[in-house]
Formats: sequence, structure tokens, C-alpha cells
Amino acid sequence: MSLYQVQKLLYQLNRDTATQARFKTDVDSVLSDYKLTDDEKNWLRNGDVGELYIHGVNGQILMHYAAFIGQEWDEYIQAMKDGLTKHGQVRDGIYRAVDGGDGGAI
Amino acid sequence: MALVFAGICSHGPGITGRAERADPALRDPFYAALDSLRADIEASGAEALVVIAAEHFANFFMDNMPAFAMGMGEEYEGPIEDPDWLKIPRTTIPGAPDLSQRMISEMMQTVDLAYAQEWKMDHGIMVPLHFLTPKMDLPIIPANINCQGPPLTPLSRAYAFGQALRRACDAVPEKIAVMGTGGISHWPATPNSGKINEAWDREFLRRWCENDKDALLSYTDEDTLRDAGQGGFEIRTLISIAGLCEGATGHIRFAEPIPIFSTMCVAATMDVS
Repeated sequence: MSLYQVQKLLYQLNRDTATQARFKTDVDSVLSDYKLTDDEKNWLRNGDVGELYIHGVNGQILMHYAAFIGQEWDEYIQAMKDGLTKHGQVRDGIYRAVDGGDGGAI
Repeated sequence: MALVFAGICSHGPGITGRAERADPALRDPFYAALDSLRADIEASGAEALVVIAAEHFANFFMDNMPAFAMGMGEEYEGPIEDPDWLKIPRTTIPGAPDLSQRMISEMMQTVDLAYAQEWKMDHGIMVPLHFLTPKMDLPIIPANINCQGPPLTPLSRAYAFGQALRRACDAVPEKIAVMGTGGISHWPATPNSGKINEAWDREFLRRWCENDKDALLSYTDEDTLRDAGQGGFEIRTLISIAGLCEGATGHIRFAEPIPIFSTMCVAATMDVS
């Protein structure tokens, strides 16, 4: 997981309308600007919030991405819960240390 | 002239974005308390409002993260979020570049402060402005303390930032209002969103109202993460207001948990004289 690269892409996407337009029309050109694994590219292409969350993306970055791809608030929260259920605890980032090391468990 | 107003408030995006989902019995008194802060700021004759925020990666990222930053722009824009999601229209907010430059110059005597002539405001500033200056016509000076990307700004430095800001306010002829905005305990934008440690929050607010510097600065990040979530790191903004008004007393106008807003919702003032 290139957490720094994934978060940097989302940081730019969240704040820059030109990047948002390019993401919608030519997502691969945005993805190619960053050193990402194939899995990371797929999560970002497919809006896989659950995978991004359990791989450590900060919610303050992920929340805006979820809104950008049209997820309602409850959908966004559920996607993270589903990620935990399906893939296990958060492996990286700030949430790895939350809840006694359980990494974002509810 | 001097500092004419100081206060704190919450800024969660749900406060505007999910307003219709909150219990009106809690939401409406909270909104009324925020509106009372607006009225007091207007009555103070403030010519500019400094907002000390805990921005959420709208301008600053881990490629170049300042411990402190202040805006020095002619104007700013916000919100970065989808306006329909936040329910705040995207707009331009006036800055006060000359005033900013004079204040930053003074503060730099004791605080290593980054400045920025461009600043995109996220919900951390836009939600407070929506209530405090709804016409978006009061010149704003945004400030930021790194509460998001560890290593975080030490609490003692946040207090010292407030002290430096007070010195800067006292050194300029303009009337300045200052708001600190951040959550107390919360786990925002995570599966635990809506979880609130009310006892922890009330103890923090007790220390804040008493301006008990030693007690305010005694929290460790490890304890805060455990007891108050990663959102608890934003106490830095509130502690800076205690430094701004060192020795003065705080007054709570509203402090109740509103889970759909993901935080203990607070509106409070601190004496400035």
C-alpha cells in the first residue's frame, strides 16, 4: 500500500476542480500521476471506500472522496463497516492505533 | 485597537450538511447559541475575524505540513466540498492582507509561522462562517494548527500561538475578533462517527472555562486518541483561545452531544478583558 501516494491523489482530487473533471473523464491519466499499485488503482477507479479505509486512508480525506463519487453519508459509513467485516482491521495510517490497536473497530 | 471578542465553536460538516437529521430540540438551541456569537461579534465592532481552525487536508498535506499557518490573501474561496453535500454555497470570502501581514510579522517574533496568500476553506472554517458571518462580508484571516497529520503541533505551542496572537491583536489599531474551532472528543468520518465521550468533553470544557493552563496542556496524544478519538486532536484550536485570553474565564452557551453531527456541539466565549 502506497498510503502516502493514495492520500496525496485524494488530497488533490478533493481540492481541485480541474482534477475532479479529469478524474471523471480520464481517470487513468490522474492515476498515472502517482506511484500506485494495481490494487490501489482499482480501488480508486471503483470507489472502493472499504478497501481504502482498511488500508489506512484518513477519514477526513476519504469522506470528501465518498461525497465526490456520490455516496450518501450512511452509504459511506456502511462501506467502511463492510470493509472491516470483509477484510479485517485497519492496517495502516492513524486508525491502526485506534481502539487499543483494533484499528477502527466499532 | 485590540482583541474585542474571543470564542470557540464546533465545525463538523453534519452541522449544515445533515441538519435535517438532527433532533430539533438539540439542533435549534445550538443554532441559536451560534447566532448569539454572531450577534456579539457584530456588536463588538470587529473589523476582521481570525478563525483558528484544524483544517482537514484542504491546503496542507504531508508533503509540506506547517505546525502553524495564517492566511495573508486578498480573498479566499470555499468550501472545497461539494456545496450540495455541505449545504453551503461555494463563494469568495474577503481577506485582510495588510492586517494579516502586520499581525503575522508580530507573531513571528515568537512563533514559527507559515503564511499563505492562497487558502481554500473546508468545512472547518466554512461551517463557522455560515453562522458567524452569514453574508460572508466580514474580512477573515484564516489560521491553522496541524491537528491532522502526525507529528502534531504540541499543545504547549498551541497555547503559545494564542499568546502570540493576542500580542499581535494588541499591536494593531483594528478591532479583532477571534474564534477557535475544533471538535472535542469525536471519531469523525470513520465507522465510529457519532461516538462521543461526553464525560471527557465536559472535563475538557471545565479546564478550558477555568483557563487552567497546566491541566489543558497535560493531555498526551496517546491518551487523547484512546479517550477522545483522532478528532480529539483538534483541542489544539481551543487551547489556543485559552492562550489568547490567558487567565480569563470561559462561558459555555451550548454544549451537548449531537451524534448525527459527529461531535459534542459547543458554542462558548472567553473574556477578553
